Amino acid sequence: MRQERLGEGVSVVPAQAVPVPGARDALEAAARPEDGRAAPLAPAARLLPALCAVYRAQLSRARVARIPLLFVATFQSVGIMVLMRGVVDGGDEARAVVSGAGVLVVAFVALNLLAQYFGQLRASGGLDHYATLPVPPAAVVLGAAAAYASFTVPGTVVTTVTGCLLFQLPMTHLWVLAAVIPLSGAALAGLGAALGLLAPRPELATLCGQLGMSAALLLGVLPAERLPAAIDYARDLLPSTYGVEALAATFDARPDWLAVAADLGVCAAVGALSLAIATWAYRRAATR
Amino acid sequence: MCAVRDLVKTYPATRGRRGSEGRAPAVRASDGISLDVHRGEIFGLLGPNGAGKSTLVRQLTGLLRPDSGSISVLGHDLVRHPERAARLLGYLGQESTALDEMTVALAVETTGRLRGLGAREARAERDAVVDELGLADIAGRALKKLSGGQRRLACFATVLIGERSLLVLDEPTTGMDPVARRAVWDAVDRRRAERGATVVLVTHNVLEAESVLDRVAVIDRGRVIACDTPGGLKDMVGEEVRLDLVWRDRPPLDVPEVAELASAARVSGRRWTLRLPADRARAAVAAVTAGPAFAALDDFTLATPSLEDVYLALGGRAEGLVKG
Repeated sequence: MRQERLGEGVSVVPAQAVPVPGARDALEAAARPEDGRAAPLAPAARLLPALCAVYRAQLSRARVARIPLLFVATFQSVGIMVLMRGVVDGGDEARAVVSGAGVLVVAFVALNLLAQYFGQLRASGGLDHYATLPVPPAAVVLGAAAAYASFTVPGTVVTTVTGCLLFQLPMTHLWVLAAVIPLSGAALAGLGAALGLLAPRPELATLCGQLGMSAALLLGVLPAERLPAAIDYARDLLPSTYGVEALAATFDARPDWLAVAADLGVCAAVGALSLAIATWAYRRAATR
Repeated sequence: MCAVRDLVKTYPATRGRRGSEGRAPAVRASDGISLDVHRGEIFGLLGPNGAGKSTLVRQLTGLLRPDSGSISVLGHDLVRHPERAARLLGYLGQESTALDEMTVALAVETTGRLRGLGAREARAERDAVVDELGLADIAGRALKKLSGGQRRLACFATVLIGERSLLVLDEPTTGMDPVARRAVWDAVDRRRAERGATVVLVTHNVLEAESVLDRVAVIDRGRVIACDTPGGLKDMVGEEVRLDLVWRDRPPLDVPEVAELASAARVSGRRWTLRLPADRARAAVAAVTAGPAFAALDDFTLATPSLEDVYLALGGRAEGLVKG
């Protein structure tokens, strides 16, 4: 079950993160000792098993530390929808509110909490543990990002279903969440990881994560038609917007699947790029 | 096995935050360190906090790049290829934050997987290590719910999984009770006897250094000020003994012999510590165990030199080493 979710959570990424075969051979060649007296090196952990191990370990952390925060994320989103019920009266606006609130859970956990986690890990010297193990940097970053994306699944599902009931929206195409959560999760978790690993101080990582989440809240939940043009451009720059639009489009009786796929494609591209940056930032943070 | 030559690492000066005077000057944390560690040896780095021990081991483990100098471990140049360190050695750092929210069993198993073990191997080794260190009762508890000593022992378990022929341990027994310490040293001895494992150990605990180390490098202000067996180091100050006097209230300075000792004593509260040639120490003991001086005396000990005395005799800064 977990393994399946893992597959979803990172499906966009390996193409970017796995070194091409030639590069791997070159690395292996470089690792051969230059003189005969050198001891053989122990084998390094391979990407996929290491990624699974990190993912599993991170998921287990949820039991200890994250469950209260998952409730917070869900309550916050449901609360916002209840408030917005007095403002919007069905139609396009209701769709925007429900899908915005759903993706907000992803932004809260994957962007905000992951930025905090990596910020604190880096500041406290916790990265040393991973840096002194023969594990590919991508495995650590992707494993953590996939786990945080997974943490968002229950909250997003609960929020979206509650929203559909509140605003009487059809649930026919809600299966699209199976693509929206991992892809917007990859984009936002990648951004969160990159922020956490690049911020010079952990407080800045927390601040950036909070700001990112606030932006997702304001620009995602509030209906786009009511915003000034300048803010509309900012909205286009935020990766969560594309997750929101993809989800909103599927409340139509006959959704424009091409547009949905295009929006999710943007999420995937941002995810791949931000996770690649996060991996680079991890490598930089781990060896000073 | 492990050779370090002329290692230099300087931390740049940092500017203080606005509103505070604190401007830290540049620190030469490794100031031309050279050492050789032999195979199968338990080699110690002894010195007070801030002496540069951790900086040195962070360079050995590839976490920190030296400004200059060379590090060779098992024939591999770790300055040019720091990433190889992870495949040659196991490292126990001072922080456990990466593992804090995992259970002991999962922390050990995950570390094994990340050290390249297969799933089944990792589980089997996890069980063996958990049993060996007596962690079975707390294997299902999260590290951050454990006491400091138990958590340290759990972190030590993560170093043992996925065998490495060199273990680099930064103050492994901090906060541990004697039972846990015993478990650590037994595990280290077993790996040395069975597989010829080598250990580089950072400590500021003098008693531990004397009882477990084969050789010790005394580090002060980024330099190795001496390197020998504990016995060899103690021979350097062999003629002297240490006399500790603890007074009940205030020292009886009206006794001439006591007044004479006062000038040579290092005073810490009611305790005087003196380093004297053996004959003078005997005379001093005779003087303070008779008459009015004895009435004012709470306790005294006469001891042969410890590594702390060696450290002080070599010109190390006075405080910072721990006894016991």
